[in-house]
Amino acid sequence: MDSKRRNFLKIAGLSAIAGIGAPSAFNMLLKGEALASGGHGAPAAQGEHGAAAVTGKRYGMVIDVKKFADNPGLAEQCVKTCHSIHNVPDFGNRKDEIKWVWAEKFQHTFPEHSQYKKNDGLNELPILTLCNHCDKPPCVRACPTKATFKNKDGIVAMDYHRCIGCRFCMAACPYGARSFNWRDPRGKDENGNPFIKELNPTFPTRMRGVVEKCNFCVERLAIGQIPACVEVASSAGALVFGDLNDPNSEVSEKLRSSFTIQRKPALGTHPSLFYII
Amino acid sequence: MYGKGRIIPALIIFIGLMTAPMWYGSGDASKLPNPEKPKGYTECVEDTQYMRTSHMKVLNDWRDDILREGGARVATTANGTEYVRSLQNGCMKCHNNREKFCGECHKYASVNPYCWDCHLQPKEAM
Repeated sequence: MDSKRRNFLKIAGLSAIAGIGAPSAFNMLLKGEALASGGHGAPAAQGEHGAAAVTGKRYGMVIDVKKFADNPGLAEQCVKTCHSIHNVPDFGNRKDEIKWVWAEKFQHTFPEHSQYKKNDGLNELPILTLCNHCDKPPCVRACPTKATFKNKDGIVAMDYHRCIGCRFCMAACPYGARSFNWRDPRGKDENGNPFIKELNPTFPTRMRGVVEKCNFCVERLAIGQIPACVEVASSAGALVFGDLNDPNSEVSEKLRSSFTIQRKPALGTHPSLFYII
Repeated sequence: MYGKGRIIPALIIFIGLMTAPMWYGSGDASKLPNPEKPKGYTECVEDTQYMRTSHMKVLNDWRDDILREGGARVATTANGTEYVRSLQNGCMKCHNNREKFCGECHKYASVNPYCWDCHLQPKEAM
């Protein structure tokens, strides 16, 4: 009788361990497989987390830095045009600065590149930077209200109605592409000059306490126009915009024919902006 | 009654003060809001009753559809008039006076939507 009970307890214990252990062992094996099949924004490589496989567009841009060197003032003109059509305020100081697109030094744009014995001329160049519209945007993961999201054309967009101003996205963005409205953009400075010099009546402003950033001119794309900065730079051919998923687009052609670099590729955000240095 | 010379006037003043908010707003309830209708247009994007009760839902639906789902920016009314699905570029094209149209009912119902913190009304944009 005693030995029978002892055997029964042994079998029961072993089967309990097997029952608890087997599902987690299976999960571990399956996860390993899923990790192995990740990839860079290629249409087929997407679809994890229940999202549908991407068949649509992924807008991107190639920035030819040399063309900006050949056309002094072009970068400033791009910035000015963008900021005026999007009612971006100018608060007149770096602390409160709002920027959708801006010119940055090489050493700040590509900090992971060695500066040792670098061509001095390179650091004098204005490198145009804007939101990278990443394929794996960390800002979207950080946003607690889904105010920022990636739309079906690969544009990382914002719904300012939902933004609660927590600035998690600013902490998450490795490119500094997001700005916070510390002050009321509709306000005036101490001399009575409005922060937005001239209002564009067809585009809204933002309010105090929300984060804002480049929207890849989604409102212009919707009516068949190209982004404003690309339009300004089109005569110089300094910016090429298009669908990265379309092998016949101008931007895909440019990427095939030139050597390009991305900002901080090691972070795995898969930026949609490419630089020809 | 002892001291009625002071108590009764004091009571009257007390009741008067307590009911002051009612007297202050009296007569306003009968003044119904009369939003100014745009001239030269006979139909809106939906029928009047639906717009009265659900215009805020229409605006939210437009925003979510266009921004998140990539929906069309231009649509047509029942009679085939094209309109832009946008508060700033659509609604305000016909209803071009915020105070006389939006403000009438919003003031009556004591609601303060914050549309105009960001969106520009036609006059401001001039």
